[in-house]
Parts: sequence; structure tokens; C-alpha cells
Amino acid sequence: MSKFGKKKKPMPAVNTASLPDIVFMLLFFFMVTTVMRETELKIETPSLPNATEVKKLEHKSLVSTIYVGKAKDTKLGTGDKIQLNDKIATADDIPTFIFNERAPKSEEEIKYMTTSIKADVESSVGTITDIKLKLRDVNALKLSLSSRKIAEIKQ
Amino acid sequence: MARRETPEINAGSMADIAFLLLIFFLVTTTMDVDSGISKKLSEKPPKDYVPPVIKEKNIFEVNINRNNELLVEGETMKIGELTAAAIEFIDNGGGDGKVIDGVSTGSCDYCKGARKATSSDHPNKAIISVQSDRGTEYGVYIKVQNELLRAYTELRNRLALDKYNVSYDVLEKQYKKDRDNADLKRKVEDIKTSYPQILSDAEPTSAN
Repeated sequence: MSKFGKKKKPMPAVNTASLPDIVFMLLFFFMVTTVMRETELKIETPSLPNATEVKKLEHKSLVSTIYVGKAKDTKLGTGDKIQLNDKIATADDIPTFIFNERAPKSEEEIKYMTTSIKADVESSVGTITDIKLKLRDVNALKLSLSSRKIAEIKQ
Repeated sequence: MARRETPEINAGSMADIAFLLLIFFLVTTTMDVDSGISKKLSEKPPKDYVPPVIKEKNIFEVNINRNNELLVEGETMKIGELTAAAIEFIDNGGGDGKVIDGVSTGSCDYCKGARKATSSDHPNKAIISVQSDRGTEYGVYIKVQNELLRAYTELRNRLALDKYNVSYDVLEKQYKKDRDNADLKRKVEDIKTSYPQILSDAEPTSAN
């Protein structure tokens, strides 16, 4: 029974030559899919509310985003702050913001422009209403209240 | 001159470099799709606009106060019970529907509600009005909107299953993929007009 004892070949090393290829493949995948954040947030990253009845926002280029939340900079005081583009603003600046967003778009596209409000769950409805009234003034009626899609709400 | 052989470049660390880049992109990437509750704001009414008179029974009033408590049709309610209450209201079908383009829609023949005289006449007349306080938390507001929208979704799904043996969600998805299909379009439109979403936001109350 010495047959078994003799056959002791060293374990062949795993060929890692194709490892870079695999890694590169993954790398390219992430490079292509990644979206760098365009605007720097001056407010704390809003924790979005959960909802089941959400719709996907299509045509990213036709979406203008308004952020609502607490300012990162404590000097600006507490309470809800509105961020347009990359600075903190007030509700009165919203019409200008919408007109600026509309300017490069064609007449046809303006109809499909949507405003997405990314507001923190703890912000107050009053701030959102102020925004809505301003949007209504400039006839930007399509609105999306950004929320995370979940399967079911726990009561 | 002796031709020296060019030494091969050591590619052993290639994987390391690639890994480094990979990890960088893994960390910075955000794959979230933007999604949200879509709303259509009402147009700004002209100055001398007189709002139409709507029967009290066709309005489902939801109030949210500053302590995030719900008052539905004059009674306190938990958020979990809102969907059922809204369905009961929309689906009541106690009378005749709206007159669209000179044609009366008649009574609601697909409604399965109690047909009470004190509740809504027809789904196309049933208005849900949400009034919130300025101090209401946004999260609660979204929850209420979501529950109300769910009531419409459930009713639409039920009707689509009865009529076309396929739920409204599926029907809508099929239509999104195949926009030119006239048959699908007709079905989607039919369900939509049977249970139109009439959600209005009243001016919020405030302390001062």
C-alpha cells in the first residue's frame, strides 16, 4: 500500500495571469456606470423619506433639483435651508433658478421639465409649501418629491 | 554593437494598480436611481377666480397638525388606517358622475363601495384634500401622500384585474415598453379615467 504515500506532487500554484483582466473588466464597468456628484452639498445629506408609490425620474437632463435640509455650516443657523445649485438660497431665488434652468432648453423640452425636491424627512411642510408656491408662480408644475422606493411600509 | 534583448516589463503589479483604481471607483460610485412621488401642481388661479362649489360629501378631508397627528373627516385616525378609509370614500359610488364633454358618466357601475348617500358620488367627483400645518414634519406628509396614492393604486389594480385580467401595474409597464400599442393605450386610459387621482393640497395653516 505504499502506492499512495509516494505520489506526493506539490500543489500547483493557481494561475493569476488573468487576474488583471478580471479586475480591469470590473474597473471599466464601474468607470462607465459611475456618476460623480455634480453639486457639492452645503446642507447635510438629506435622509429621504420612504414610499411605495414612487415613479422613476426619466430624462435626467430635464430635471432640476432643489435640496432642503439643515445647513452644514452652523453659522447659518438651524432650521430648514434651501440649496439651489451650489449655494444656500431662499424661496425667493427659486424663480430665477428655474428660468436659468430653462434658458438652454428648447421650447419643446420645457414642457417636460421636472423639479425634484430632495428634502430631509425632518424638514417642515411650510418650507416645501413656500417652494411649491414659487414654482407655481413660474409655471413649473411638474414636481417630484424625492423618496426612496421600498416594498412595504411598516406601521 | 551587441543587440541586447529588451527586458520584459514586470506586469506583476498591474493587478495591484487596477485594484487600487477599482476600489476608488467602487467607493465614489452612486448607483441610486432618482425616484419620487410625482405631483402636478395646480395652475395659478386668476385674480377674480371663484372656486366651483363642491358638495361637502364629495370631499375627503385629511388634516395633519403640527404634532403630526391625523384628523380625517373630523375624526382622529392612525396613518395605517388611512388607505382603507380613502378606498371606502373613493369607491362609494353613491350617485351620478361628472358630466364630461356634455356626456354624463352616469352612476359608477364598477364601484364596489357601500353606495352611501353621505359619501362620494363617483370616483371622478371624489376629491381628497390634504391640509397640513406649516410645522408638520415632511416625512409624515409624504407618508400620508403615499397612503392616499396607494388607495388609488389598489382600486386601479382591482378594476384592471376584473376587466382585463391583468393588474394595472403590469399594464402600465407593458405600455411604457410599447408606446405605440393603441390597444394598451386605450386600456391604460380607461383605467386612469375610471379612477382619476384627484389629490389637492390646501393652503397650510400656520400659528401666526
